[in-house]
Amino acid sequence: MLSMMMQPSDRYDIAVLGGGMLGSAIAFGCAAGGARVAVLDEGDVALRAARGNFGLVWSQGKGDGMPAYAAWTRRSLAAWGDLSDRVSGLAGRDVGYRAAGGLVFCLGEAELSARREQVQRLHNQGHEGVRILDRRALLDLMPGCPLGPEVVGASYQPADGHADPLTLLRGFKAGLLAAGAAMLNGAAITRITAEGQGFCIERADGGTFRAGRIVIAAGLGTPELAAQVGLAVPVRPVRGQNIVTERLAPILPLPASAIRQTTDGTVQIGVTTEDDGSYDPITRTENLATMAARAIRVLPALARANVVRSWGALRPMTPDGFPAYAESTTHPGAFVAVCHSAVTLAAVHAGPLAAGILAGRLPDELAPLHPRRFEGMLAHVPAH
Amino acid sequence: MFRRTEPTDCTVFWDGAALPAKRGETLAVTLLAAGITHFRDTAVSGAHRGPLCLMGACFDCLVQVEGEANVQACMVAVRDGLRAGPQHGARDLDDAP
Repeated sequence: MLSMMMQPSDRYDIAVLGGGMLGSAIAFGCAAGGARVAVLDEGDVALRAARGNFGLVWSQGKGDGMPAYAAWTRRSLAAWGDLSDRVSGLAGRDVGYRAAGGLVFCLGEAELSARREQVQRLHNQGHEGVRILDRRALLDLMPGCPLGPEVVGASYQPADGHADPLTLLRGFKAGLLAAGAAMLNGAAITRITAEGQGFCIERADGGTFRAGRIVIAAGLGTPELAAQVGLAVPVRPVRGQNIVTERLAPILPLPASAIRQTTDGTVQIGVTTEDDGSYDPITRTENLATMAARAIRVLPALARANVVRSWGALRPMTPDGFPAYAESTTHPGAFVAVCHSAVTLAAVHAGPLAAGILAGRLPDELAPLHPRRFEGMLAHVPAH
Repeated sequence: MFRRTEPTDCTVFWDGAALPAKRGETLAVTLLAAGITHFRDTAVSGAHRGPLCLMGACFDCLVQVEGEANVQACMVAVRDGLRAGPQHGARDLDDAP
């Protein structure tokens, strides 16, 4: 067998296919666990989901109808503080994790009552800790915050927060390099074949790599690669547009859905959910205008702020919007992971998911998130 | 660092000090020609910064112009009597004119 002829340096314990936020977190966790890891990334031509990440470390509203996802998210939040310390040390700068609570602003009574109903429904599914704040309670929480008069209240989850995704990714990369992982960027993967007790991975640049186990974490590239190891993982692009302003003096102490101020002072405004099937990460003026108009209703002073950049990105979305994790039964040792909240889930991806891959068995709590649930699912529910 | 190749024809005020300038040139050029490279203190670390790209992309030449904060000096054409000064840290929207 070819694998017996190879030198040890030719073969990795684990190859992670995809070096974005998801793949980097998994690879980081595997390398920290002592595995010899390679990260194979297509390069910056890839349609990176993380470009659209809003930087929220967020639980509220997630997992409606999928308690396993809600629990997985809560587990990540509980571990994010430790991850933050490790990653900040590795990155050489503060990852900016602040978990002082997160808000969903409600403009007008209709939005507030709809939000109250949703919070109640999720509470009945085990989401505890989210509560509705009226305007007075909101201002008690954020004294002096110049909220617009239409802000009548918000939902508030004290465990939610935000972080700087770029620093998180930098910390993962620094940790991988420190652990001796190979960062093999620059070409798309063309073929995966089982070979002995492992896998052979071929790339468009002619490179060939071998690993005992593989983890497919390729975002929108996942379906094609997963099919090669016998897994059907449907993923479609859902576009999100973003705006950032110039750096501003503190104006919004807590992050909120679609509006947050970073630790560096920029205000980030989101975000669209465009489910049109297009793989083009464009922006449209009409969408940006709608986003900006709502942000100005939340914080009228933003009408005087300058926009520095706007951009579009594509989220990898499964048919039900929840993440998918699996090990192939036809190709044991081949794992797949796909999600659209890789910042929130970074702590469980680097922790229990990586540990499960090292142990050759995914955590039992992920069984409900196996992509077999998509079989026969013709339509998809709206992205969320 | 820089030497003018053409005569000046007006005066702008930087932090109150009169500087020679040529109408229509950018404020960034006026300042650089006067030997000024410290345009701003960054919002995050307070580091001194000046122009990098001189074409509107880098946002490192931010200054205050006629009381307006976070203005790109490379995108402002000077006129006689223009008043400008360094940008210290982040802009406060409460200070908007």
